[in-house]
Amino acid sequence: MDSLTIAGKTFSSRLIVGTGKYSSPSVMVKAHEASGADMVTVAVRRVNISDRSKESLLDYIDASKYFLLPNTAGCYTADDAIRTARLGREAGLSNWVKLEVIGDERTLFPDNEALLEATRVLVREGFVVLPYTSDDPVVCRKLEDAGAAAVMPLGAPIGSGLGIQNLNNIRIIREFARVPMIVDAGVGTASDASLAMELGADGVLMNTAIAGAQDPVTMAEAMKLAVKSGRLAFLAGRIAKKMYATASSPVEGLVGR
Amino acid sequence: MLNGDPYDVPGPLTIADLLAHLDIDSRRVAVERNLVVLKRALFETTEVSDGDQIEIVNFVGGG
Repeated sequence: MDSLTIAGKTFSSRLIVGTGKYSSPSVMVKAHEASGADMVTVAVRRVNISDRSKESLLDYIDASKYFLLPNTAGCYTADDAIRTARLGREAGLSNWVKLEVIGDERTLFPDNEALLEATRVLVREGFVVLPYTSDDPVVCRKLEDAGAAAVMPLGAPIGSGLGIQNLNNIRIIREFARVPMIVDAGVGTASDASLAMELGADGVLMNTAIAGAQDPVTMAEAMKLAVKSGRLAFLAGRIAKKMYATASSPVEGLVGR
Repeated sequence: MLNGDPYDVPGPLTIADLLAHLDIDSRRVAVERNLVVLKRALFETTEVSDGDQIEIVNFVGGG
């Protein structure tokens, strides 16, 4: 079976999905099921002390079915990201982290310098670090050298739905990397996910493309199939692109010639 | 300070007492005391002192 292995842990699906922005928990639960994913991302935030409503995200995620990947979303410094990662480890009792250090508010592009610094610290502390990074092969190589368990270049800005903006960089990152490459962020629709996988991505991580769709459950299924087909096409080895036509039917034996 | 706001605790208590007082399930949260993350096993024995900075976090939806 074709599965995704990161830091020695094997996942049956190459699609990783988020838990944010769903219209309701029940839609999220159904979307997760339809996606076939077995790893989901979660954010770490302060408990609301003044309003202790009983709803907890974990009421809706079956931890026996889904591996929880805490993120450090919203952190703008290495220190904050490290602190959040440590809290996430204690809350989730796993040492995995989707490491984000944001460098710009409008684009949510990563601060790669701070990201590298945080990666080094967390790897030293025994974390399995999956950094969300720019689609820059050199940065990805540095992250890998720093001990990242995977590299997660963005396809386009988070939540933008623009699809993969720099196909060539994604290919180069895949070629350079000795760890899995997960395309994280920027997917808008199924073909974007397929394309990522056709380029050789080991997996795709998305949230908004599913949660923000008119029908998130159907989109989740579309993404499952897209990741699968893209992966199969990659494994199958596509034909070379040519300028001109090559006939598929025999040129001999035509009537009237 | 509790999650960034001043908070008066009812007498001396441990982290576990504080969570119970706040009606928070300790298995679902992580607690930081003065910038140090506390292992869950230490909730019962760690006393909250005057002036402590406590952060209580949990998982919410995210990507």
